[in-house]
Amino acid sequence: MKNKAMSAAVVAGAVATAVAGLTASAPAHAQAKEKCYGISLKGQNDCAAGPGTTCAGTSTVDYQGNAWTLVPKGDCVKYGVDGSDFALPDGRKGSLEELDRDLPKA
Amino acid sequence: MTEPLKNSEFGAALLNAGHQMPAGVIGPDGAPAPKRFNVYRNNVVVSLTEALAATYPTLQKLLGEEYFAALAREYIGKYPPKSPVLIWYGQELADFVESFPPLSTYPYLADVARFEWAWLQAYHAADQVALDPAALAEIAADALADIRFRAHAATHLLTSSWPIYDLLQANRFGACSPEDVDMKSAQSVLITRPDIEVVIKPLRSGGHEFFSALINGETLGLAAGVAMEKSSTFDLSANLSDALESGAFVEIL
Repeated sequence: MKNKAMSAAVVAGAVATAVAGLTASAPAHAQAKEKCYGISLKGQNDCAAGPGTTCAGTSTVDYQGNAWTLVPKGDCVKYGVDGSDFALPDGRKGSLEELDRDLPKA
Repeated sequence: MTEPLKNSEFGAALLNAGHQMPAGVIGPDGAPAPKRFNVYRNNVVVSLTEALAATYPTLQKLLGEEYFAALAREYIGKYPPKSPVLIWYGQELADFVESFPPLSTYPYLADVARFEWAWLQAYHAADQVALDPAALAEIAADALADIRFRAHAATHLLTSSWPIYDLLQANRFGACSPEDVDMKSAQSVLITRPDIEVVIKPLRSGGHEFFSALINGETLGLAAGVAMEKSSTFDLSANLSDALESGAFVEIL
């Protein structure tokens, strides 16, 4: 390419503005989500998209251990631990990993 | 002794309704079994049609289920699956739609399909941690024009003569009403997936040139120069914000 590059000073100024703007507002991934296993009621699990992965809403028991729901990052470990907003029955807890409890009978 | 049935003949007959059942397809009684074959043939075509509909929900919505199924049937006959993995089926659908004479008066549909394919690729791309904006602050000011970036594995660009971002917002993501889409505008989009969910960003003026150059490994200074040449209103700091916010890049090189 023989296009003329933008001058170093202009680039540096723009980078400074962009970085300052981002750090002043919310962090880029403030609204990040995580997969939380074992907390969804039956038929209400989230899932992927595209063919072969259409499993949203296919969990068949409440709190199914291998079904997940997207929750705000950091919230998953509060399920079953942290007060009434995150209550789960019978000592169950949310998990970032698949669980082998509450699986549907084969 | 009859000739053994060839896979290729069986496959061609499966995917093309006009083909005869190949000789050698027999039932438990040893007699030719055209009814059984037709049931199987129908299941194969219907399952591939469903796979295409799952990958291209907006295209299906815009065409209607019946038209989409008929289009899919044509496509399936021409482009049989090359892999048993259904998420990889249907890559040529955009080009097929573009050259499908009955749809020539709907030229934006091919770009809708291109978007949906890119979305699915971004969805299934490898997980990578997006670049932390703070990394840029650590680079000396006089070296910034010479840095290059490595694009995230999920990053895709799409430029269109149509309002591709608005079309998808209206018809797939429900973010605005189809009446609000101005068909005279042209848009480019960035599609990536810094975390669990796919991120879609409409690009600003010159943004497509800027991001293409960066993805191709050009330096930041050159990418900005290229974009500036294309668009006199190119805003480098706003475009950089888009790049950092969306997580389109993973590393400074």
